[in-house]
Amino acid sequence: MRGGRFKGAAAAPLAALLGVFCLAAPQTAQAQEEEPLIDWSTLDFSGYVAGETRIFPQSPRYDQQKNTRVSPSLVLQPELRYRWNRRDDRVTFVPFLRLDADDENRSHADIRELSWYHAGDDWDTVLGISKVFWGVAESRHLIDIVNQTDLVESPDQEDKLGQPMANLNLLRDWGTLSFFVLPGFRERSFPDDDARLRGALPIASGDATYDSSAEQWHVDFALRYSHSFDNWDVGAAHFHGTSREPALLPAVSDNGQPVLRPHYDLIDQTSLDVQYTTGPWLLKFEGMTRSGQDNRFFAAVGGFEYTLFGVAESDADLGLLAEYLHDGRGDRTPQTPFEDDLFLGTRLTLNDVEDTTLLAGVILDLDQEERVFSVEFERRLNDSLNLEIEGQVYDNIDDNDLLSGFARDSFVEIRLSWFF
Amino acid sequence: MPIPLTPLHGQPMHRRPTDRLALAAAILTVLLVGFAGAALAETPEEKGRAIAEEADRRDLGFEDSYAELKMVLSNKQGESSTRELRVQTLEVPAREIGDKSLIVFDHPRDIEGTAFLSFTKILEPDDQWLYLPALKRVKRISSANKSGPFVGSEFAYEDMLSQEVDKYDYRWLRDEACGEITCFVVERTPLYENSGYARQVVWIDQQEYRAQRVDFYDRKDSLLKTLTFGGYNRYLDQYWRADDWYMENHQTGKTTRLTFGNWEFRLGLDDNDLDPNRLKRLR
Repeated sequence: MRGGRFKGAAAAPLAALLGVFCLAAPQTAQAQEEEPLIDWSTLDFSGYVAGETRIFPQSPRYDQQKNTRVSPSLVLQPELRYRWNRRDDRVTFVPFLRLDADDENRSHADIRELSWYHAGDDWDTVLGISKVFWGVAESRHLIDIVNQTDLVESPDQEDKLGQPMANLNLLRDWGTLSFFVLPGFRERSFPDDDARLRGALPIASGDATYDSSAEQWHVDFALRYSHSFDNWDVGAAHFHGTSREPALLPAVSDNGQPVLRPHYDLIDQTSLDVQYTTGPWLLKFEGMTRSGQDNRFFAAVGGFEYTLFGVAESDADLGLLAEYLHDGRGDRTPQTPFEDDLFLGTRLTLNDVEDTTLLAGVILDLDQEERVFSVEFERRLNDSLNLEIEGQVYDNIDDNDLLSGFARDSFVEIRLSWFF
Repeated sequence: MPIPLTPLHGQPMHRRPTDRLALAAAILTVLLVGFAGAALAETPEEKGRAIAEEADRRDLGFEDSYAELKMVLSNKQGESSTRELRVQTLEVPAREIGDKSLIVFDHPRDIEGTAFLSFTKILEPDDQWLYLPALKRVKRISSANKSGPFVGSEFAYEDMLSQEVDKYDYRWLRDEACGEITCFVVERTPLYENSGYARQVVWIDQQEYRAQRVDFYDRKDSLLKTLTFGGYNRYLDQYWRADDWYMENHQTGKTTRLTFGNWEFRLGLDDNDLDPNRLKRLR
């Protein structure tokens, strides 16, 4: 987990802290006083700096790639938060910067968040650049479509680029209704041609083509209903706009080399996500159907997480995870490795002072016998230092497979983050 | 050596009038303590339950509360680490449903913004959600983890959540002095599933019905932990809240101290404020 620092408890007047959300609250004497336009004591400055290094045991597969074995990288993510109106109004600014020693494309900056949030009584709004997560599964975030994947950050597709949005949420007894207007499309980032984890063919990411004549200025829309009741958490959503996944079409570069050119279709995607929680069981399902790319297709991921609490007379919890992944997309659709796969994983949580966690898993391709192992370890070293170790192993990868470019790019990543 | 039946000064031990006086005084005391019914209950079980019900009755109607707290975790070697949290509680007056509470972490910095939302039930499993700010992800989590440590502290999840009357069976054990005051000593046995305790013994003062101390006995029925409450203040002329909670684990030597501050009541919180869909908007 990455976060920042909250100094308000020490620095902010009580009035700014009280009742994170309440409008109807009786005003305290302090809040009734004439307030300055910007009360600097309530401005929160926090964030983290991380040094990381990736270690690649094997030499790369393609001549074009640099023989990078140890690849250092530096990350900076400051976070500014200003709250007023008893915390019902908030402006958040989170810029992100990475400097990478070996991958020019991985050295990049982004605005993860630059938004104004306002909470009403039974509604709230977000205006600006922000991030939204949809879904329940662990092995693949199938229906999480609002934000573009920041692929140069990690091949696991967990990192996202900031997305401009106007978002209105209505909180009602029967559930929450969320409306999104999404102006401004973000192209997917790809590793450089001479970098590791780049894929089988170079990608001409500067020359992307679009279905829409408005290209990246097509305004997308999304609507989501979500509700938690009894043991159920359900969500249903529809998205209309530019696909976050590009189709990679064969093309020829200026110097006559074969390349892949990203093409972004206009799509309609309808999705459903459900979690049923009972005792130590979490039962999960995500499904979606999409039109606009070749034929309409259906994709789903479903499974369970079962937790053994206080395993072996200790404080540790051991979670066992299994998910089945299906994807019925056609050949002229952006490709996915998850057409018929099984994910098996285990999550160890020590529940100690250092919040030590270990997540290990494997995705088995049921058609081609490929295996992708992944490990994530995290532990706090002290109040401001955090250690993360991640590993990905690509095993038994077929030459003709989508992941063939990764066949020799198994890696271990060690990250040390300092929070300020 | 035979025990003398009379005191040394030769007076008989009991005289009827004194007995009557003692009885009258006892009844008067009971009336002064209030019509809790506690002292008038016939069996120790009924008396224990009546005490718990009276304590619960006195805390009814606070509506909602907010507090900031510091959590200091120390081990046997004296190494310690600190957490800072904010807690909002929304009272659910219906006896068959528990309160709702929201805990937001402010420190350590790497977990800032992490939030834990809980809808307490009585005997059914609670509903619990966790918000992970880095992913902006709200997850419903299993609440079968009652006895596990809350963020590495000596408090189990079940110690942190609201103590609803019907979660336990009760038995009054005795009355005894606790510090300057007199306490009821009541044993309570968890009725909900997955508790880490065979039983707890609670000291409740007779004036204000405030928990002063809790002894926790593990599943093997040996003394595991002691929780001591201190620094009580009264809010809105009625509601007592302890600013100092000190939990000591006798089996490991580890301790956790919670220090509460900046209490606020009746902020006008409602169900929308403690909704899983609001978790992603906490920072």
